[in-house]
Amino acid sequence: MLTKVHTGLDPVQGVWWKPAHKAEVIWVSVAFAWCIVLFAMMPLWHWKGGQNPAGVRSRVEPKAFYARTTEFAKQYQVGTDGGVPIAAPPPGADVYLVAMSFQWYPVLQLEQGKEYMLHLSALDVNHGFSLYPLNVNFAVVPGFDYALRVTPTSSGDFRIICNEFCGIGHHTMVGRVIVVDSTGAAVADNPDATIEHGGAL
Amino acid sequence: MTAATVEGTGAPGWRTCPVTARRIDARAERLIRVNAVAAVVALLIGAVAALLLALTRWQVVHLLPAEWYYRILGVHGMNMLIFFIIFFEMAVLWFAGTVLLNARPAAPRYAWFNFGMMLIGALMVEAMQWSGKADVLYTSYPPLKAHPLFYLGIILFAVGALSVVGQFFATLTIARRERTYTGSMPLVVYGAMTAAIIAVITLLHGAMVYIPTFLWSVGLIDSVNPQMYRLLWWALGHSAQQINVAAMVAIWYMLGALTVGAVVLNEKVSRWAFVLYILFISMASAHHLLVDPGFGPAWKIVNTSYFMYMAVLASMIHGFTVPAGIELGMRLRGFTKGLFGWLRKAPWGDPGFSSLVLSVVVFGFFGGITGVTIGTEQINIIAHNTLRIPGHFHATVVSGTAVAFMGATYYLLPLIFRRKVSFWGLAKIQPYMFAGGLLLLEFGMTFAGSFGVPRRHWDISFTQAAHDVPFSPVVDLFMAMVGIGGIIAATGAFAFILIAVTSVFFGERVTEFPRGKAIAGIPQGLTNPPVHAANADAVNAELHAPARGWAGPTPGTLVLVAVFFLAFMLYYFTNWKLLSFLWKIG
Ligand code: HEM
Ligand SMILES: [Cu+2]
Ligand SMILES: [Cu+2]
Repeated sequence: MLTKVHTGLDPVQGVWWKPAHKAEVIWVSVAFAWCIVLFAMMPLWHWKGGQNPAGVRSRVEPKAFYARTTEFAKQYQVGTDGGVPIAAPPPGADVYLVAMSFQWYPVLQLEQGKEYMLHLSALDVNHGFSLYPLNVNFAVVPGFDYALRVTPTSSGDFRIICNEFCGIGHHTMVGRVIVVDSTGAAVADNPDATIEHGGAL
Repeated sequence: MTAATVEGTGAPGWRTCPVTARRIDARAERLIRVNAVAAVVALLIGAVAALLLALTRWQVVHLLPAEWYYRILGVHGMNMLIFFIIFFEMAVLWFAGTVLLNARPAAPRYAWFNFGMMLIGALMVEAMQWSGKADVLYTSYPPLKAHPLFYLGIILFAVGALSVVGQFFATLTIARRERTYTGSMPLVVYGAMTAAIIAVITLLHGAMVYIPTFLWSVGLIDSVNPQMYRLLWWALGHSAQQINVAAMVAIWYMLGALTVGAVVLNEKVSRWAFVLYILFISMASAHHLLVDPGFGPAWKIVNTSYFMYMAVLASMIHGFTVPAGIELGMRLRGFTKGLFGWLRKAPWGDPGFSSLVLSVVVFGFFGGITGVTIGTEQINIIAHNTLRIPGHFHATVVSGTAVAFMGATYYLLPLIFRRKVSFWGLAKIQPYMFAGGLLLLEFGMTFAGSFGVPRRHWDISFTQAAHDVPFSPVVDLFMAMVGIGGIIAATGAFAFILIAVTSVFFGERVTEFPRGKAIAGIPQGLTNPPVHAANADAVNAELHAPARGWAGPTPGTLVLVAVFFLAFMLYYFTNWKLLSFLWKIG
């Protein structure tokens, strides 16, 4: 039944196609079942879970996306923060955010509990969208519009860290998202980051 | 050195290994040595870079200026992940193809040509990176652009490596035709062959990605689609990791055999697990692209998992059969006491053995569990490009592969270089130092990443940024773990390099391995080979007796894998729970 005792350094003589011991069969079966669970969790979460990187994805000309974003920022501008417009789109709106070396444009002001379609893209090179402190991360690739349905379930003063290397100024690239609660109250999680020419806030 | 003189019997140019009784071709031996030396040089450069990086990410020290941090990050990635690992793998292929099969190398002159090509390619990359003409990190995502010689250097290196892989297959064919061994090839060679097959797939993807990029850098092509590049680059970058895993597992089986007489429980199971690596790896780049805009969920799910995560299954199988082989090997040699007597009596002072165990345990528990978890489509949202990623892959490719390679080196020094291991006392603790420092670094990175700390980032105090980012103060603690762990790990790497270089160039020569006597500088598996007694088959049958129940001959290993499985489930489902607290995104 058993193959002759040998190590992995020895050539194997004769037929080595022998049935495995029960202990091995059990482990392989448990591992296989677990792998199926690992697989099944992903479709299951699309069906029942609330966080999926699905969205609506399309190709876009980087310059066109940039133009659309500036237009969006102008349309919904409620103030500026360090020279960057603050855009406060109505619930349900298409929201545009463009990454470029080394800036996120514009600053967004959203309402808690309302759904938005957030479009992400880059003007020049790859960037990385990392929403602090929630730790929500998406790749931002020039030429591709990544539109995600986003419902902020918590209010506060959030940051967008760039987490894809985009050049020597990469570590200076931080953006901002403000989420006001349903009363529209200003959010002061982070008193250091004041808005210079506060609009709606 | 002239190896034309023969110790033992055989034709000129051959010698017989006094421990394994293999016939060793001098030309093959020289190829093994030169590749191993090149690997160690790359490791040295990479380790110096590692120390600088760790001391920069530790915000209290913040050693390098921004420009040099990114530059050195690129240097570290190329030297470690590409040059160190691949040169060492070339040595492994020559070793497995010739020494283990008593065979001669196919076209050894051509092999020197290929080695030269790899070396020149590597030097071109070094020159471009150090001179600041390739500040694009090792992934070089376009539209970031490097000097054309950077891409050309990588192409030369890859073509050289691909040719050596071809020579490995030719060597296998020669061995078979010349009947240098009887029966089926040893499992270790089978594992090396697995690595070689995956290497072909990998390097072809490398050509698909680097040739157009090179043409773009010299202006012959207008643009490279950044998303297509990411797809093809990771078809290269991910399957390259599967080469490392296959080579590492082959070395696990080898070190188990050499250090404690580990046996192969069942060839069918182990070989199938290797085949699964080949079948389920090509284009598994998807788990690097889970939050990319270019692909839909169906594509992402199918391609990360191929419906069934069969490559994960393969690693879980080896994760059982390797320790079980050690357990059974020890039990057959009389260490039968209780569940874990075989572990208590194991040669923990043998750096080959301690490296083996550390590699298996950290790779499995840390690298494996974190990798599968963060490689899940949705969970990747809370991991992508944070420090969780380098936290994971240092546990796989460093604590796993690099540690296994180091362990193998402690045996190759006396067997192939025929030198005693210098600084033997240091060698005994080196695996613990290196792996211990790394563990600290990996925990630090993983926890910091869970708080959203980005990888590849010079300044998480954001002093020059438009907005402040007030990380929780515990993040400082985690980054200190990265810094201190990095110092310890780099010291461990330097210790290894010191030992290896001193042994190779100034070590005491070894011509024979007197049996039964412990000698400083020679691992115990060589002076005290763990051979199995003549009645091993009878003892084996007894251990397998049905009366012993379903736990069979390896009850200790079953307990260990049960603990592993519980840890896996706990970590995996905890991450789903954490994910569920986020905003609604879809
Ligand atoms: C000697 C011990 C080592 C230490 C202390 C160390 C430390 C580090 C540190 C601090 C980083 C930077 C992480 C960041 O800022 O994003 C890093 C990145 C990296 N390391 Fe290591 N490392 C070591 C060995 C290795 C080895 C042996 C390999 C490969 C075989 C390796 C592969 C990498 C890679 C691929 C990166 C990512 C580079 C990038 O993001 O472009 N490291 N390492
Ligand atoms: Cu950026
Ligand atoms: Cu960046």
